[in-house]
Parts: sequence; structure tokens; C-alpha cells
Amino acid sequence: MMYWPLCPSSNPVRSILILGFGLVVLSIASLFIGVIDLRPGDLWRDRAALELVVVSRGPRLFAILITGAALAVCGKILQMLMKNRFVEPMTVGTGQGAALGILIAAIFFPTAPLLSQMGIAAISALIASLGFIAMARRLPPTQPFLVALVGIVYGGILGAIMVFIAFQADLLQYIDIWLTGEFSGVLQGRYELLWLAALVAALSYLAADQFAIAGMGRAASINLGLNYTQVVLIGLVAISLVTAMTVVTVGMLPFVGLIVPNIVSRLYGDNLRHTLPVVAMMGAGLVLAADILGRVVRYPFEIPVGVVLGVVGAVLFIWLLYRPARYAG
Amino acid sequence: MITVSNLTHRIAGKDILHDISLQIPKGQITALIGPNGAGKSTLLSAIARLTPHQTGQIMVDELEVGTSASNTLAKRLSILPQVPEIAPRLSVAELIGFGRYPYHKGHPTKVDRQKTDEAIVLFELDELHSRPLDTLSGGQKQRALLAMTYAQDTEYMLLDEPLNNLDISTSRSLMQLLRRLAETRGRTVVIVLHDINYACSYADRIVTMKDGRIGRCGAPAKIVDAGMLQHVFSTQAEVHIVNGRPLIEV
Repeated sequence: MMYWPLCPSSNPVRSILILGFGLVVLSIASLFIGVIDLRPGDLWRDRAALELVVVSRGPRLFAILITGAALAVCGKILQMLMKNRFVEPMTVGTGQGAALGILIAAIFFPTAPLLSQMGIAAISALIASLGFIAMARRLPPTQPFLVALVGIVYGGILGAIMVFIAFQADLLQYIDIWLTGEFSGVLQGRYELLWLAALVAALSYLAADQFAIAGMGRAASINLGLNYTQVVLIGLVAISLVTAMTVVTVGMLPFVGLIVPNIVSRLYGDNLRHTLPVVAMMGAGLVLAADILGRVVRYPFEIPVGVVLGVVGAVLFIWLLYRPARYAG
Repeated sequence: MITVSNLTHRIAGKDILHDISLQIPKGQITALIGPNGAGKSTLLSAIARLTPHQTGQIMVDELEVGTSASNTLAKRLSILPQVPEIAPRLSVAELIGFGRYPYHKGHPTKVDRQKTDEAIVLFELDELHSRPLDTLSGGQKQRALLAMTYAQDTEYMLLDEPLNNLDISTSRSLMQLLRRLAETRGRTVVIVLHDINYACSYADRIVTMKDGRIGRCGAPAKIVDAGMLQHVFSTQAEVHIVNGRPLIEV
């Protein structure tokens, strides 16, 4: 019999171990790469070195890991809910919706606490996602790329509206922070919202089976006693929350939610109970690697991780599209 | 017993189902036959709560469709729609395992795995169990989907044209398997069939449908004749009796 990588008895445990090891190595590297010279030994001898890790390098590392993992998980869930492999929160207007929301919050409720502003961003992200789903429903299901294309156009329109509002309100310099993701601004006390995103992403694992079944379609879901509409809504709320928290804290990161779930799906299939942990780890690894690359490529200057991901992600995506499918599909 | 009373379903002012009343007995194979657009699939979807019905009542034993909890119904009645849109990349065993979802809700137990294995053996999928669905042939995929429906372990199984795109040997072995399920395990099968000869050979009871209405119902030998074919399908065909069962000339 031929060897099929997609096998229920071979949980992707090996992959989890390898990814885990890689993540640890990259994480350690991430802590010791930066403008201020820091060596492992310094942590014992030098109080300032320890402080650097606690205040800046540590939070940055956590922010990267959480963002990467949560965005990849959200991308996978969105792909299941929309039954389309070519969508991700940043290309269907969710990210732009979140940015638009935070801009509106900044204009109308500038003194509101961060959590309320984030709430406005999340609601706006949810509305933007629902708007996209309403549009995507009218597209022929036989043309998956059309959905992705419309999403990109839709995100572009939302982005343009945002630029217009920002221009009118003289806030243009702000929106760049939300549109291009980067981690150099992450410091202790300014990224903790992301732990909430981590919590939401982790909780969504509890509904892994539900999302997998929703991916089989409405009829199959109802047949199995699942409240399809409710599952779709819960998924969209989770995605909107995570996206809003990410955009508000570090800005938009493209491609993570697109590339990672596609690679994992090719290797291990779509039984989310087994594959979501791999998706999360690979997402964290990709963003971490991209961030490290952005830090060393023009050392001591930094290239925003959003830019690095844009380049790396685009190349990976084209490779994914053109690579002959492993299965006959 | 499935009891449908006074079911009417309209789409855009047109009656797709017109005042349908029907009883489907337990432990038998009931075949729904009729020309394209007769409303067979709509009726099946209504019974399986995929299409909310507008007027009338549908009872599955003591459970009323529409008011009973969806998950309770999922343990009593399963449906295999005509064109299942299984897009996720799943292996055969994973797909069949999802048939157990109404029972395990995401935490499969030993019993669920046993039932999955049983379905794999029964539908002769042993060699294919770790194959991704999208590498299977049409017949193999159909068998996997039926095995999933079987694993759902429901008393009632609604199958919408499961023989579509299957060759004669696969079709026959599938119908023989359904016969066994009805006879030895008391499963109730409601099946939409296009080929009346399959209905005549394997069904206990035939329900004819035309223009959203129920026509003659009964054992194949009682209702299948030239007059019925003329009335329901508007075609003239001779009917022979072979081994006590009607056989239609094609």
C-alpha cells in the first residue's frame, strides 16, 4: 500500500516535537538578538540585562509567539467556516475592520480605556467579516479564488475608507502603526491584551470538532445535530476578537493565517482536534523567524515583521499554489 | 415510524410539496421514486430538518421535527444528502469517526471507536481506512459516506440517490448491504432511487411522487405496472414479472 501522510493513527506528534524544539531554539535566539548586546551569562551578573529581558525582549517574544499562533489558528477556523482555503482574517476585511474600528474609537472616544477601544475594534471587525460572508455567499462555490479576490478588493475598500477618515481627522501617521505589523514597540505594560487573544485562541480548540464539522457544510452539520449558524457565529466572534487584539497591539500581519493552515492541511489533513496544535506552533514559528530575520538583515536597523512576512509569505504562497498537489484534489 | 401530515412547502409562490401525508414504517426499505423535480429531495430534507417546513407536521416516532432538540434527532435519524460537499481533507476513518459526533461531542470514547471500526469492516473499507477522501474513486467515496451515516447509529437512515455515479456491481452490493441492515438490524431506510428496477428488487415499499404530491404507495409487486409508469413518469414501458418482482423494460 502507498504511504499516505494523512493517517488518523499517526497524530502529528513527531511534528509537534520538532516544531517545539525549533520554537525553543528560535525563542532563545530572539531574546539575545537586538541593538543592546546581551549574552546569556549577563542575566546572572547584570541587573540591567535582566531588566532588558523582563521589560522588552521577553514581552516581545511572548507577543510574537501569541500573535503567530493565534492568527494561524484563526486563519484555519475561517477557512473551515468559509469552506475556502484561500481566505484569512487579513484578506477578508477582518483586519481592516479592526483597524477602522480602532481609528473610530481614537477619534470619537479618545479618552476611553484601552479595553473599550479594543471592544469597538472587535465589533467593527465582526461587522466587516459578516459583510464579507454576506458577499461571498453570492459567489459561485465552484470558484474559490473569486472569493479570495473579492476579499482582497473588499479589504482594500475598507482600507481606503480608513485612510480617508484618518486624512480628514489628521491621524494619518497613526494608521501606519495598525496597517504594518511590527514588534519593536512591544514593551512590558503595552502588550498584555495579547494574552487575552491567546486565551480566545486556546478556547477555540475546545470547539475543534465543531469547526471541522462546520467545514463539511451546513447539511452535514445539521445532520450531526450541530447548530451550524451558532458555530459559524462563535467562530467569527473568536476570529474578530483575536484579530482586533492583534491589530491594536502590533498591527496587521499578512499571510500567517493563510500559509500555515495550508501547509498543515497538506501534511496532516483537516481533523482539527489533531492539527490545530500544529497550526498554532507553526504560526508562532513563522512569525518568530520572520521577526528575527527582520532584526538581523539590516542590523542594527529593523525591518517591520509585516514587511518580512509580506515578502516571505507571498513567495511561500506562490509555491503552495504551483506545487503539484499531493492528493488528487 | 415516520409520520408526515399535511406538509406543504412553497418556494417563491410555487408549491414544491403539496399537502403531503405519509407514513414510513419501521425496519423496512422505503424507496421514493418519481421524475426530476417531483420534490423527493425536498421531502427528505424536510424530514431531516435541513429545510425548515412551513406548514404541516413531521414526527419521527415521538420526536417532532422542528421542536425536538437537533442533537436528539441526530441520534435517531441520519441523512446522506445528494451531493455531499465534503471539502475538508479527512481520512476515511476520520470521516466515519465524525458520524459519532452526536454521541461523543468532541471526546470520542472506546465505544465510538468500536462503532467506527465496525462501520469500516461492514462497508469493506479496511484497506482504505487511512486514505484521504480526495484520493478515492466515486464509489469508494460513496461507501465511506454511507459508512459515516451508518456509524451515526440511527434507527432511520435517509439516503438521497446514493447510487448516483456508481457502477452496477457497487450499486448491487450497496443495496444488498442496506437489505441486510433492514433485515438483521431493524434499520429503517428511506432511499431516493432513480432506477425503478433497483427499487423493485430491493425495496419493501415504494412511494411514488409527482409534482410535489404523493402518488401510489405500496409493495413493488402491487403498484408497479404500465399504468403507474405512464402516470408518474409519462413514459410507456412494459413491465414483466420475474421471480414475483416487477421488472421494467428499458
